[in-house]
Amino acid sequence: MIISVASGKGGTGKTTVSTSLALSIGKDAQILDCDVEEPNAHIFIKPKIEKKESVSIPVPKIDESKCVFCGKCQEACVYNVIAVIPATSERSGKTLTFQELCHGCGACSYLCPVGAIKEVPRETGIIEMGYAGDLEFIHGRLNIGEAMAPPLIREVKKKIDKNKTVIIDAPPGTSCPVITSIQGSDYCLLVTEPTPFGLNDLVLAVEVLKEMNVPFGVVINRADLGDSKTEEYCEKENIPILMRVPFNKEIAQSYSKGIPIIEGMPEYKRSFEELLKKIKEEMKK
Amino acid sequence: MKICITAQGSDLESEVDPRFGRCQYFVFYDTDDLKSEFVSNQNKDGMGGVGVQSGQLMADKGVKVLLTGNVGPNAYTTLQAGKVEIITGVSGKVINAIEKYKRGEFKPTDGPSVDSHFGTK
Ligand code: SF4
Ligand code: SF4
Repeated sequence: MIISVASGKGGTGKTTVSTSLALSIGKDAQILDCDVEEPNAHIFIKPKIEKKESVSIPVPKIDESKCVFCGKCQEACVYNVIAVIPATSERSGKTLTFQELCHGCGACSYLCPVGAIKEVPRETGIIEMGYAGDLEFIHGRLNIGEAMAPPLIREVKKKIDKNKTVIIDAPPGTSCPVITSIQGSDYCLLVTEPTPFGLNDLVLAVEVLKEMNVPFGVVINRADLGDSKTEEYCEKENIPILMRVPFNKEIAQSYSKGIPIIEGMPEYKRSFEELLKKIKEEMKK
Repeated sequence: MKICITAQGSDLESEVDPRFGRCQYFVFYDTDDLKSEFVSNQNKDGMGGVGVQSGQLMADKGVKVLLTGNVGPNAYTTLQAGKVEIITGVSGKVINAIEKYKRGEFKPTDGPSVDSHFGTK
């Protein structure tokens, strides 16, 4: 079973929920931090990293001595990675590849009529794997200044062990990396706050999930602050609210110290076990 | 000789667009026969690499000089490979920019004038 934890925006307590949920299951669970631009689940899980892998994507390298400057590669590339400047009386022919824009789709080398394009690996990030007690931990970390998150997220997700309960911490927002992270999940938890901004972003996230056909429910964090609009919205849209976490000084303090809720306040272990039970019930519907 | 000016509208009276990759229109102006051609920028809402794409367009069109507000690093590299002279910091009306250029009042730029992703938002 794969459960992803997402939120329309950052700072809603998404990671608090994902890490506490994973820790409450413990044995036979796996947590994957797919927020590769800013992974932070490890701060709460504190795993012992046992293995590291480098992740690269194949990027084109053009051999200009073979290139006939036909421009096929440039036309094929939807990401505008390649510029082909044919020779004129005033300039020599030149090709430019802006590798940091490349998604590694391979179209350019496939289409080159003279085989001038070779694919070379470019590292985009690393995957680190380990354990915290019985809980298996995996995260991806994008290299500094790197923008190509989805290929790394896909590699992280290849580590999914279908025999376990898998918790995916998705990046915040509703962009490409978020969709890549959630894809293939059996259920998605949307963590939100009962504020106008929170609701606005929740609505966007709900639209994405409906489009993706992934069943979902909501966790309201700091549920006692803010207004009732979020609850009203969920009721109207028939979205189940699976958990409400009240604002609590102790939770906030534990969070700032990197202590997961269920360790700072063991009474919450029950609540997260309840949450998992509710998710399972929802999935049966 | 062909020069290009980035423009916010499709006539010579419109303002120069400060963005190169994401400008509204490209004005191609021929200093020999004084003809101008307006091409709306198909890439202005592109996901990325718009500077590269627009730089490629300059090379394809045989532009010798570009007048615009700013160019980013990728566009700069592409324009240089295409031997396009780059003049940044241009503002005001397109027609005035052309006149100023003809009077030799502009100096070429020797580096990108903004970071990547300028003009994205
Ligand atoms: S591999 Fe794909 S994205 Fe990369 S340069 Fe070639 S066509 Fe463009
Ligand atoms: S497709 Fe091949 S031959 Fe044509 S411009 Fe690209 S690298 Fe050169």
